[in-house]
Amino acid sequence: MPFTYLPVLVMIGLATAMAIGALFMSFIFRPRNPYREKLSPWECGMEPVGEANRGHFRVHFFIIAILFIVFDVETLFLFPWATILTEKGLSMFVFVEMIIFIAVLALGLIYAWVKGALEWV
Amino acid sequence: MEQLFFYIFAITAVVAAILVVSMRNAIHSAFFLIVCLLQVAAIFVLLRSPFLAAVQVFIYVGAVMVLFLFAVLVLDVGKEAFREHMHSQSVPSLVMVAALLVIMGFMMFSGKLTVPPGAYNEAALAKNTEVIGRAVYTKFVFPFEVVSLLLLIALIGAVVLVMRERGKGADRNKPEDI
Amino acid sequence: MIPLSSLNISFASIMPEMLLTGLALLVLVLDLFIREEKSVLGYVSVIGLIALIPVSARTIEAKASFGGMVMADEFAAYFNVIFIIAAIFTILISMDYLKKMNVRRGEYYHIILFSTVGMMVMASANDLVTLYVGLELMAMSFYILVAYRIASARSVEGGLKYFVLGALSSGILLYGISFTYGASGSTNLSEIARQLGGFQNPFLILGIVLITVGFGFKVAAFPFHVWTPDVYEGAPTPVTALLSIGSKAASFAAFMRVFMVAFPAFHAQWGEILWMLSAATMIFGSVVAIAQKNIVRMLAYSSIAHAGIIMMGLLVYNDLGAGGVLYYLLVYAFMNMGAFAIVALFRNDRIGESISDYSGLASRRPVLSFLMALFLLSLAGIPPTGGFAAKFFVFSAAIDARYYWLAAIGVVTTAISLFFYAKVIFYMYMREPDGEAVMPESGVLYNVVLLVTAFGTVFLGIYPTPFIDMAIKAVKPLLM
Repeated sequence: MPFTYLPVLVMIGLATAMAIGALFMSFIFRPRNPYREKLSPWECGMEPVGEANRGHFRVHFFIIAILFIVFDVETLFLFPWATILTEKGLSMFVFVEMIIFIAVLALGLIYAWVKGALEWV
Repeated sequence: MEQLFFYIFAITAVVAAILVVSMRNAIHSAFFLIVCLLQVAAIFVLLRSPFLAAVQVFIYVGAVMVLFLFAVLVLDVGKEAFREHMHSQSVPSLVMVAALLVIMGFMMFSGKLTVPPGAYNEAALAKNTEVIGRAVYTKFVFPFEVVSLLLLIALIGAVVLVMRERGKGADRNKPEDI
Repeated sequence: MIPLSSLNISFASIMPEMLLTGLALLVLVLDLFIREEKSVLGYVSVIGLIALIPVSARTIEAKASFGGMVMADEFAAYFNVIFIIAAIFTILISMDYLKKMNVRRGEYYHIILFSTVGMMVMASANDLVTLYVGLELMAMSFYILVAYRIASARSVEGGLKYFVLGALSSGILLYGISFTYGASGSTNLSEIARQLGGFQNPFLILGIVLITVGFGFKVAAFPFHVWTPDVYEGAPTPVTALLSIGSKAASFAAFMRVFMVAFPAFHAQWGEILWMLSAATMIFGSVVAIAQKNIVRMLAYSSIAHAGIIMMGLLVYNDLGAGGVLYYLLVYAFMNMGAFAIVALFRNDRIGESISDYSGLASRRPVLSFLMALFLLSLAGIPPTGGFAAKFFVFSAAIDARYYWLAAIGVVTTAISLFFYAKVIFYMYMREPDGEAVMPESGVLYNVVLLVTAFGTVFLGIYPTPFIDMAIKAVKPLLM
């Protein structure tokens, strides 16, 4: 059974090889003449102050990420649900329970919406 | 053949996990964590659980890592915070890990860890996702519905703790109110 | 293939949970429409909860429903009533407290209701999966409630500590659950007991130890109590009250059901672990509480000591001991809630926290001081209060079952605990007021809560028989 995943493995291998290959090729063929101004981060022609990787992120991203996780989990629950939805005798029961599940989460979405969590002010 | 792949994935996972805790830059740690979690997903495939592998990739590699990176960026954890990464706790934790490894290894090789075989054989596991679906949506229907409340409360919690109330409630901390 | 009819889907068995979830969702929707006067949500919640008491106290034929996930027996009903009482009192004292602390958000009320749903799910869980999901629902709600005053650094610190240690303990519990599943091949409690028989397995022992550690965190037993004082101090005081009553009761309910239904054959093993935990918790809690200067921290250590005594009842493992746990938790709900209500009334951002702030309270507020003294004496176990009846019941069950040493430790630590409870009473009655701390007026809501809890504390002490009988009847199904 794991052999059905062979294409996936081949694809991952090819993608990795391509990525490393591209980097390696440009490493070989690129011209090299570094000097100080070229290596410094660009800051409107001024002398750079502080570090470039200290980006200030808005906390608001966090709510978006939590919303994403919650609905990601919901999506995952839909996969096994879909496989047994067509089964006789079960389908109505299974359908209704998923509707309840989604309704509760939809209420959460409405809540977040009304509270303004989705607005980007 | 399967053994070979298992060892490839397992060794990569362990190496990546060690790199996660030894990197100085938190963002690099996060990327090695992605590598580690992907290897675990591959091991799930070898264990005949493609659904769990999908869960691993979706939830952990997708969502949790996004959250992790956001947290790192929001908190602005620079290199400074990780400079003393070999701090005083690393020796006791190494001793603990070694002890756990020895105990587990001893129990495994002395044959003390035996488990009754599960209810599902290879043929039944070929339809792994269906097996899971049938269990979750019939037998485990009650906890499944409670999970929806759990997700709802997580969402509410994020909104409560991150958002400031707008309008009249916004001007809190007025000294005369205390 | 599992046919649907074999699942025994009975909505009557989860009626309390369903109705309470409905109430919580209703309050959530109302919160979106009511912009200004958020205490309306509190009144709606309280009225709904009061209406729920008869529904949750009623039991149907005790039979596992929903594929063995839920067991709505008298045990669950007894605990449901404790949870609802605790939630009602908490909401009643919260309305004034939140105004005082200038928190105007309405989410508070439905988060409390959701946490109560989680507790109910835990008490009626007949399967480790249901148990875990209920526990997470309860814990997740409490993480938010503890950090609810985001403007206060202490509140957020407490929330963070509780979250990190709570997540760790859930992880340990889950690890134990997975070992148990590995050893027995099932997550259903009665199925686990049947599969295991008396067969010993290192996996299973590991599972039992890890599950004990996980529950030890939740009930704040000795080596796992570290979060308790900081979290109790940082959280809004009504939340602390609910945390010390509801969360503890729910964790003990799940603790009892898991150990008595799933692992009865291993009583010798887990009995030893619990013996040590119980003794250490009692000694540690009451000795450390003596040194406390902050009243909330003092009550936190006192709640640790009480957890040790309650654990003794679980350890005894017969109908008297287990019934003692239930009765103790019921009494504890009244007396601890009363004490915390007075602390919440007095406490402000800066004053009213230290025990010395209670100096001379008796001359200014004789009735409140008398009630506080009553609750503290009940916590210490002085007759004729409920605390005495509960302690007497648990200790005599332990002596009956020949746990002489443990009962002796219990009696000695109870005597020690009198020191720190009496210290507050001493300050209130013997010291002169120092002028700075002024107890605010208690509103109607506080008065209702204080009167009901005081009445409950005394009544349960004078006339305990029917409640003890109910408790013993409730634990019968677990002991078969």
